[in-house]
Amino acid sequence: MSAARRDVRITVNGRTYAVSVEPRLLLVDFLRHECGLTGTHVGCAHGVCGACTVVLDGASVRSCLTFAVQADNSEITTVEGLADGESLNALQRAFHENHALQCGYCTPGFLMSLTEFLRETPDPSEAEIRERLSGNLCRCTGYANIVRAVQAAVQEM
Amino acid sequence: MKPAPFEYFVPEAADEALALMAEHGLEARPLAGGQSLVPLINMRMAQPGVLIDLNRCAEFAYLREDGDALVSGPMTRQRELELSPIVRRHCPLIAKAMPHMGHATIRNRGTAGGSLSHADPSAELPGVAVAMDAELIAGGPNGRRAIPATEFYLAELTTALEPEEMLCEIRFPKATENSRASFAEVGSHFGGLAIVGVAGQVEISASGHCNKVALAATGAGERPMRLTSAEALLTGQVLDERIIPDAAEAAAADVEPLEDLHASAHWRRRAVVAMTAQALREIASQGVG
Repeated sequence: MSAARRDVRITVNGRTYAVSVEPRLLLVDFLRHECGLTGTHVGCAHGVCGACTVVLDGASVRSCLTFAVQADNSEITTVEGLADGESLNALQRAFHENHALQCGYCTPGFLMSLTEFLRETPDPSEAEIRERLSGNLCRCTGYANIVRAVQAAVQEM
Repeated sequence: MKPAPFEYFVPEAADEALALMAEHGLEARPLAGGQSLVPLINMRMAQPGVLIDLNRCAEFAYLREDGDALVSGPMTRQRELELSPIVRRHCPLIAKAMPHMGHATIRNRGTAGGSLSHADPSAELPGVAVAMDAELIAGGPNGRRAIPATEFYLAELTTALEPEEMLCEIRFPKATENSRASFAEVGSHFGGLAIVGVAGQVEISASGHCNKVALAATGAGERPMRLTSAEALLTGQVLDERIIPDAAEAAAADVEPLEDLHASAHWRRRAVVAMTAQALREIASQGVG
């Protein structure tokens, strides 16, 4: 079976990668293996856990359910694109200060989903925060501290 | 790398997509939002030889009014259906069901046509289409044909689409001004795996009587099922606590639930009763006129 490689140009955190990929290469594997951006984690690989969430042309998506070829000519933000050099952004800082992570495996996905959420909903209610958090699984914190972190970030932003 | 290799096409026009479907037929799968198909491909439960990616077919993504119908392209994102003011105004049942469909991030990618064609028996949108008597327009080598939603679903993951055909448009009849809608669902957690859902749309006269009742259940059979006994019982009646429990109980006879890992057939049947009551109560609470 032919599965010709395709040339793609994908901009990730402001840097453009022009590479040739197999169509079956998942976006998450492109980010990790082609770009070396291992902050985006593979959790369940079928869209349930949210660990691989990135922002694609402004919208949060599961990078395990998107092929890299589909991101041709697109702009992606991953967790590595949030901080300004060594200084964390308000949301990241709020996660740190409110103990919103333990093992941290799920954290990049939460941050990327919330990045879109807080842009669309700058003053969310607790119910809205919880509804948004339902799309990402965390097995350590029990979510209470994550809710608190989002509320703290809102105060600061 | 988990998916098996496939040949990849990314047509930019609807005609081109349909020509590719005709050429590759059984081997090909159209790729819409990928929120159901890609998990199957990742787990190699599906290994299509050819993927025809519709994400660059701009002419497949639209949402517009057309007389007494609200018309959606197959590639219209679920998130757009959820937030669109014209959906809210003319098809409140769709707007009510959308928040139950996966999560916001899933709905950013997931499409109307993808969910409808995938035909997961517990998916929300197929239940909504069946309740609303939507019309699904299939396109294929012999042109377009309209399939009523009530005839579209044959069995689990199986629709009336022929191998070379693809869903090209969805026509939802606009709800009348005095229609009230509700979608009630029980699942593993909010936005998580749906187990049983009930979609309801009731036209209520100024005197409070039900003129037209449409109810459909998801996750209660191999396909979305209309709750015809419950509908018949309610038609012409005042929607209140004198009739809601009986109507909900009648719905139990309208479904053919199967047992699986998530719930027994008996549990699903009782969940249909509970969700029917919940949807009807929410509709009643919206008032009349």
